[in-house]
Amino acid sequence: MKNSDSALTFERGVHPDDAKEWSRESAIEVLPLPEELRIPLLQHVGAPTTACVQLRESVSFGQKIAERPGFISANICAPLPGVVKRFVSVTIPNGRHVPAISLSVTRDGENPFDTEALLQKLRTPGAFSLDAFEPRQIRDAVDAAGIVGLGGAAFPTHVKLSPKEGTKIDILLVNGCECEPYLTADYRLMIEAPEAIISGARLAAKAIGAPKVVICVEDNKPDAISSLREKISDEIAEEVAIQPMLTKYPQGGEKQLIFAATGRKVPVGKLPSDVNVGVINVGTAAAVAMKMLHDVPLTHRIISVTGGGIVRPANIFAPIGVSIRELVDYCGGLKDSAQRVVVGGPMMGFSIGSLDIPVTKGVSGITILTHDEIQSMRQTSCVRCGRCVSACPMNLIPTRLAQAARSGEWNLFQKYHPFACIECGCCAFSCPAAIPLVQLIRMGKVQVQKNQRKENAAKK
Amino acid sequence: MKIMEVASSPHVNFEGYSTRSMMWDVIIALAPAVFVAVWYFGWSAVEQIGLCVLSCMVFEAFFSFLRGRKPTLDDGSAILTGLILGLSLPWSAPWQAPVFGSLIAIGVGKMAYGGLGQNIFNPAMVGRAFIMISFASAMGSGAYVVTQHENSILTRPTPMTMLKDTSDSGIAKFIDSESFLRALRGERNGSLGEASVFALVFGGCFLLMRKTISWRIPISMLATIFVLGALVSPLEHPMEYGLAHLLNGAALLGAFFIATDPVTSPITPRGKIYFGIGVGALTMLFRLFSGYPEGVMFAVLLMNAVVPFLNNMTIPKPFGAENPSGSTCRRCQLGLKKVGVNCGSKKEK
Repeated sequence: MKNSDSALTFERGVHPDDAKEWSRESAIEVLPLPEELRIPLLQHVGAPTTACVQLRESVSFGQKIAERPGFISANICAPLPGVVKRFVSVTIPNGRHVPAISLSVTRDGENPFDTEALLQKLRTPGAFSLDAFEPRQIRDAVDAAGIVGLGGAAFPTHVKLSPKEGTKIDILLVNGCECEPYLTADYRLMIEAPEAIISGARLAAKAIGAPKVVICVEDNKPDAISSLREKISDEIAEEVAIQPMLTKYPQGGEKQLIFAATGRKVPVGKLPSDVNVGVINVGTAAAVAMKMLHDVPLTHRIISVTGGGIVRPANIFAPIGVSIRELVDYCGGLKDSAQRVVVGGPMMGFSIGSLDIPVTKGVSGITILTHDEIQSMRQTSCVRCGRCVSACPMNLIPTRLAQAARSGEWNLFQKYHPFACIECGCCAFSCPAAIPLVQLIRMGKVQVQKNQRKENAAKK
Repeated sequence: MKIMEVASSPHVNFEGYSTRSMMWDVIIALAPAVFVAVWYFGWSAVEQIGLCVLSCMVFEAFFSFLRGRKPTLDDGSAILTGLILGLSLPWSAPWQAPVFGSLIAIGVGKMAYGGLGQNIFNPAMVGRAFIMISFASAMGSGAYVVTQHENSILTRPTPMTMLKDTSDSGIAKFIDSESFLRALRGERNGSLGEASVFALVFGGCFLLMRKTISWRIPISMLATIFVLGALVSPLEHPMEYGLAHLLNGAALLGAFFIATDPVTSPITPRGKIYFGIGVGALTMLFRLFSGYPEGVMFAVLLMNAVVPFLNNMTIPKPFGAENPSGSTCRRCQLGLKKVGVNCGSKKEK
């Protein structure tokens, strides 16, 4: 027992201030019904969906409103009942402009939609028998529900649950690390709905044929670990384990998590299934449970609104498509000191210029940072101190990559393995010269891909 | 409605660690060595070190002005260059030596390349090499030893000169005069900064603890010096000879404060080890076979020249690319057992 309590981790990485105290103690709250939802047709990794509703059509809660055109994509279900008002174009948090369905939410009438009841369902998934479900049935249901990875990347979950023919997955890791500073959405979920996570994880494991589920939680969340452990009955103790992980960024990075928990290294450019591991986020597991046990598709998610720049930090259970402005207003609005609004956490999140951006499936938090929190330093020359090298979880030489990217030496750039970079930001975080390392590398990667496409086009 | 600031992630920085604080870490770590130098060499130490630091700062400001840039004195790097240059000089150097040495160190060694972070060679060592050639008599063993002086340290030959004499009588003389305790305290003749083993190791440990320097360069360099010393030892106990080369001369000062200059040493972990071994080996080569009793300075400069090559040669394999077939490693057993799964992730084919 002692052994499994010692926290596991990966090599290198950084220790940012976790700053979870802003919203850690606030229980999940329900957002009052908004007037309008703008539901982007692209909220995930993969192809954009096509709308399958008509203008002025009235849609019911959970009805499929957009369909995936290919395998790597995800359906979208109506988060609230309403009427399709118009088709619009919106900016999603990462800056892309995508088409969206504007839904006018039905708020009056005999019985308005009860979000509180939905949250209650999440808290009480209820008992079930794993034998009652077939792997195929789970996959299809997850597909129909439009579930994607809720940790941030929003990779379609039905794809994850369909490993290649002949690959034997022997372990499903459930990612409850939430290593991004500030964010507490997963933490609150683990505290308030541990059963949904465990049930969903077991169902997902069944879908990929994994005999073992390990829920990995960073050791700065002991309450979450004990909350999950309490819900592990004797019957499933063999099947499900809770594993503390060392609090270090990026502990929740897929490759880092797999290495820490299993010692397996996912080769560059390969997937977890290539080392016989499945990984899903705790939120995703809960979404699977909601679909399988209550037949509720992915319509809502928990979002932390946190940071020094918000009047009342909170964790909110909100429908997908609601405007970020509405969340911010619900939390009392921005303080005067607010300087940057980040969708996601401060290490990998996207800062946005306007609050009129809809929440997508992958938004785990809104972090509002003040000038003091950003701590911008004056940029100086690189003295090659090697801090970025000893921080990089992928064992790269960030300063070299950044230098090559800055001067546009693409051959040199590619010599330093740019495509192994997971863009976690450890390098820029740790740089004493305040050089925007990961930013330059990111830019360089885009440029190299562009050049390659150009070359390929020229060949043709 | 206020427009929000937009920037690329990450949106937070590590607090309390900047280029400037890194330089000041090294300056603080050198404080004990400076103190010991002043303690044993008196006013002349203050004069040499002070003159170096002052002229380095003046020249830094001057060359920044010539380049049309704002002076970068506040990063502390000029102070550090001056400090190291000063500590590497003999107590008796004429005033021209530190001043012109600083001019070359900052002007040629650093600013000519484009300032902090751009230079190939360790500026302080460039300055010292210049002094050594142009003020040859002021830097030879005659600069350290005087026959008559109230300070008895100055009347004894430097340990490195004694070690150079590998005849039986020379060795006997070395063993008679140089006790370990003296080396620890710093009661021995030599360049200003290399006197006390205790002060240097203390400063080095401070830097290691602050993670300002990596252990790789000092440890590999000192180990190489020790091993090579022990291998060629003319003594009954080869370890003693290795230790003598390790503790005397500029080995410790060089290992902790000079070879570790981040700008002029490799950035890759493996490159750092090779660099340390190279500096150690060249130091021993010069000590044993050249006309000079000491060789750390030339060793560092020569190895500086091959740093780009070392960097290129030792680009690490990214995480997950070490073994392209996707294998498990030593830690696998541990990790897997902990989560209750049998080890072995070979792909079933």
